[in-house]
Amino acid sequence: MAENVELIKGASLWRDAWRRLLRNKLAVFGMIVIAIILVAITIGPALIYWLTGYAYDSIPTNNDLVRSLPPSWGHLMGTDDAGRDIFARVLQGGRISLMVGIISTTVSLIIGVSYGATAGYLGGAIDNVMMRIVDILYSIPYILIVIVLLSVFGGPSTPQWIKWLSETLGGAGNQGLSQIFLLFFALGLVSWLTMARVVRGQILSLKNQEFVMAARATGVGTLGIIFRHLVPNALGPVIIYATLTVPSVMLTEAFLSFLGLGVQAPFASWGSLASDGIKNLAIFPWQLIFPGVTMAITLFSLNFLGDGLRDALDPQTRKF
Amino acid sequence: MSSNGTILAVNGLKTYFTTEDGVVKAVDGISFELKKGETLGIVGESGSGKSVTNLSVMRLIQEPPGKIVDGSVVFDGIDVLALTAEEVRKIRGRRIAMIFQDPMTSLNPFLKISTQLMEVTRLHLGHTKEQAYQHAIKMLKMVGISDASDRINGYPHEFSGGMRQRVMIAMALSCDPELLIADEPTTALDVTIQAQILELIKDLRSRMGTSVILITHDLGVVAGMADKIIVMYAGKVFEQAPTRELFATPANPYTKGLLKSVPDPAHEQGKELYQIPGLPPDVAHLPPGCPFAERCDRVADICRTAFPPFVRINDNHHSLCHFAVDVYEESKTEAASRAAR
Repeated sequence: MAENVELIKGASLWRDAWRRLLRNKLAVFGMIVIAIILVAITIGPALIYWLTGYAYDSIPTNNDLVRSLPPSWGHLMGTDDAGRDIFARVLQGGRISLMVGIISTTVSLIIGVSYGATAGYLGGAIDNVMMRIVDILYSIPYILIVIVLLSVFGGPSTPQWIKWLSETLGGAGNQGLSQIFLLFFALGLVSWLTMARVVRGQILSLKNQEFVMAARATGVGTLGIIFRHLVPNALGPVIIYATLTVPSVMLTEAFLSFLGLGVQAPFASWGSLASDGIKNLAIFPWQLIFPGVTMAITLFSLNFLGDGLRDALDPQTRKF
Repeated sequence: MSSNGTILAVNGLKTYFTTEDGVVKAVDGISFELKKGETLGIVGESGSGKSVTNLSVMRLIQEPPGKIVDGSVVFDGIDVLALTAEEVRKIRGRRIAMIFQDPMTSLNPFLKISTQLMEVTRLHLGHTKEQAYQHAIKMLKMVGISDASDRINGYPHEFSGGMRQRVMIAMALSCDPELLIADEPTTALDVTIQAQILELIKDLRSRMGTSVILITHDLGVVAGMADKIIVMYAGKVFEQAPTRELFATPANPYTKGLLKSVPDPAHEQGKELYQIPGLPPDVAHLPPGCPFAERCDRVADICRTAFPPFVRINDNHHSLCHFAVDVYEESKTEAASRAAR
C-alpha cells in the first residue's frame, strides 16, 4: 500500500516552536546576549586572573594607589573602593545572580508543578484546601517571608543539608556560600505560588479529556497520570512562566542584596555590587553603572526570550 | 476459575449521579451475562446509560458525583465492586480493556505512539523497554498498520482517525485481555473506515478468543457482530434477546421503533423515514409508569401508572413492557408475512 509513498518527517511541536522562536528578532537577540553572558561568566573570571592576575576578591596590599580607579585597559570597568577589579567582580556576581535565578526557579518549578498538578487532578475538597493555602500565602508579602527565612535560618542555624549542598558544590568551610544557597531556596519557596495556579488551571482543563480516561482504563495509577500524561501537556505555559520567573527572582535577589540582606562580601552579586557602587555615585559613577547596566541588559534579554517563547509555544494567545 | 464459562455477570447494577437537579439514575438495575468468547451488543439512544454501565464495570465512575449504589459485577469469579482501587488497576488494561468513541482525543497528543503502547505492557506484563517496544511493533502490525516500525515513533496527530482507532485497539489488546469493551468504536469514523474497524475487531476477536461488549446506537453495527443484544432506555434494559431473534421478532415497542427508524433505501424510496416521536426522558425526573410511555404508539392507561414488568418470552428473550407478549405475537405474524412475500 505505502511502498512508493515517501514518509513525510513530522514536525514535532518543539521543532515548530523553535522555528517560530527564530523568526522573532528580539528573542534571538535575547538568546545571543544570554549566551554571551553565560560564556563570559563561566570562563571570564579565570581568564582575567590568567591575563592580569586580578581575582574578584583580591585586595591589593597597598591599595591606596588603586582604589576607585576609573576604567582603563588594565581594569576594564575600573576598581572599587577597596581596589578590587570591578570587571572580575561583575562576572563573578553574574554567576551568583544567574544561579539565584536558575536554582530558585527550579525549586519553585518543582514545588509549583507538583502542588498545582495534584490539586488540579484530585479536585474537590482537596483542591479547595490546597488552593486556599496558596491564597493565604499570596496575601503575605513575599519579601517579608524571605527576610524571616533568611534571619531565622541564617548564620549558625543554617540547615545541615544546605551547608552540605554548598560544601559539595562550592568547597568546604565557606559560611558566606551557604548563606547564598539559603537565599536560593528562600526565593524558590516564595515564588512557586503563581506557578501552582498556572499548572492547576491547565490540569483542570486537561483532566476531563478522553485520553485521561483512556489512560485510567489501561490501569495507569494517579501519579502516572499526573506526571506522565498531564504535566507534559501543560509544559508550554510552564516553560513560559519559568523563563519569566528567572528575571523576576534575579531582581528580587538584587533588591535584597541592595538592602544588605542577600549576598555578603567577599562574594558579590549584581545587586550587592550596585549597593556598593551607589555610595560613591557622585564621584565614581562607574562603580554603579557597570554592574547596573550588565544586570539591566541581562534582565531585558531574559524577558525578550520569555516573551518570544510564549509566542512560539502558544501562538493563539498572540495579539496584534 | 471459570464459573460455567461466564466471563462477566452483572446483576441489578445501579449507578446514580447526584446533581443539582436531583439524583440522576443513569443506570437503574441492569443485569446481563456474558459467556467466554461471546459478543454482546448494547444499543440505545444517547443518555440511555450504555456508557455508564460499562464505566461502572471498570469502576471508572468519578466519585463524586457518581456512585454505584447497588448491584454486583462479577468478572471471572471476582467481585469487581469489592476490590480495592489498587486491585482494580491490575485488572484494567490487563484483563478488561476499553476502546473509546473518539480516537481523536483518546490518545495523549504529547506522547509518542510508542510511549503510549509501551506503557501498558510495562505496567502489566513487566516488560523491559526493549521487549515492550518489540511487542508494540507486533501489535501495530497486527491491527494492520503498515510500516509499523517507522510509524511507532510518530505522534498521534500524524495519524488519521481510522489509524488512531487502530492504535487504540492495538493498545487495548496489548495484554491479551479476556474482555474488550468497545464504547461506540466507529461513531466518529466515516463509513468505509467503520467497516474496516469492525472487520478488524471481528477478526481479532476470533483470533484471540476475546469476549466483546460492543456499545453503539447503530443497529447496523451490532447486527453483524453481536451474538446477543441488550436494548437500553432510560437506564433500564428494555429488551434482551439473541441478535437474530431481536431483529426478526422484537417484543418491545421501543425496539420496533428503533428497527423502523433504520433507513432502507431499497424499499422505502420516496417515503418519509420513520422516527420515534419526542425525546428521551430526563432521567432525574422519571414518571412513575413506563419511561417510554410518552413516546410509545400503543400506549395504554396502565403504562402511565404502573411500571412495566420484565416479561420472559423464552429463556433468552426478555422484554420490559406491559404488552410484551402481544408485541411479540404481532412481530411474529409480520415476520411470517414478510417471509411469505
